Amino acid sequence: MPKIKVKRASTTIDMTAMCDVSFLLLTFFILTATARQPEPLPVDTPASTVQIKVPDANLGTITVGGDGKVFFGVAGPNVRVRMLERMSEKYSVGFSQKEKERFSLMEGFGVPFKNLKQVIAMDNNERGKPGLQPGIPSDSVGNSPSELHEWIIAARYATKEINNAEMRVAIKGDAKEQYPAIKKVIDILQGQKINKFSLVTNLRTEDYGN
Amino acid sequence: MAELNTGGKQSPRVDLTAMVDLAFLLITFFMLTTSLAKPHAMDVAMPDKDKENKDDNLEVADNRSMTILLGANNKIEYYMGQLEKPLDGPTIVDYGKSGIRPVLLKKMKEVQAATGKPLIVIIRPSDNSNYRNLVDILDEMKIVNAKQYMIGDISNPEIELLKREGIY
Repeated sequence: MPKIKVKRASTTIDMTAMCDVSFLLLTFFILTATARQPEPLPVDTPASTVQIKVPDANLGTITVGGDGKVFFGVAGPNVRVRMLERMSEKYSVGFSQKEKERFSLMEGFGVPFKNLKQVIAMDNNERGKPGLQPGIPSDSVGNSPSELHEWIIAARYATKEINNAEMRVAIKGDAKEQYPAIKKVIDILQGQKINKFSLVTNLRTEDYGN
Repeated sequence: MAELNTGGKQSPRVDLTAMVDLAFLLITFFMLTTSLAKPHAMDVAMPDKDKENKDDNLEVADNRSMTILLGANNKIEYYMGQLEKPLDGPTIVDYGKSGIRPVLLKKMKEVQAATGKPLIVIIRPSDNSNYRNLVDILDEMKIVNAKQYMIGDISNPEIELLKREGIY
């Protein structure tokens, strides 16, 4: 009987290919991941089962939180500059080129128009301090519409001029916010004949569906 | 420098297991964060607000309309038809799977069978309800697939009702 020699298989596997693939994927995910922007007004959004994602472009976000404070931000640096120009015409306050540039990098803001210059001059860390920005006034004064109303109009015009698209409005409210604060924002939107808008929500993780 | 020449062939292989482990850990992390980071958008359409003729209220058949009042402390009160002579209710329920959902599903079926038309839901948030309640009830509309619903303003008799029931 000839001896059958059992070949010992080596326990080490060549990991090179696996390593290549995994790093390729890693690079891909790092590049596609969007860096989280610091939010001027952190809110805890309620959860829902809706699966539709918030669009990236042509979007104006109204953040409501912290006892009725309203912040506003619009997507795209060019749109922001144009929006600021429109507002500076409206309230006849001039902004330098440098200030416009700084403003175009701001994700959102929540100050009355007269204090905007100070906020633009601050650096990012200072701006993000809780309680520093008191919110955009959303009450109309006499016959003139509220500042929030003007900002939204300016943002819509700016989006139309630069991207030639309608701006979508998203309301990002804190889950514990009382309804009247939200209602105020909705009324401002309806005053501009915006009857369709989005509410920003998280994905509901617990078993809640059918 | 004979010391360096250790002699014998050294394998050029490096053990990559740890590196692969690390890479996959990071991949998992980035995969999970990218899909979760983006918030979701719930589209809402409000009824057109006509400033010229404010009395132009939409007439809704009593047997098809269900009014949902959002009260305080995460409670809902609903009734069918008109407040003065409701066809059903007013009844207090909770949110979610065991609260408003079976009611909605039952009513939708009943109204569809009785009239052949879908149920109309009118959502009226009171001042003491919060934003989460609004999103929850709209989400509920999506879950039960209600075709016609709208958000309206609460009226004084309805606030009185909520006060009587102790959820205002």
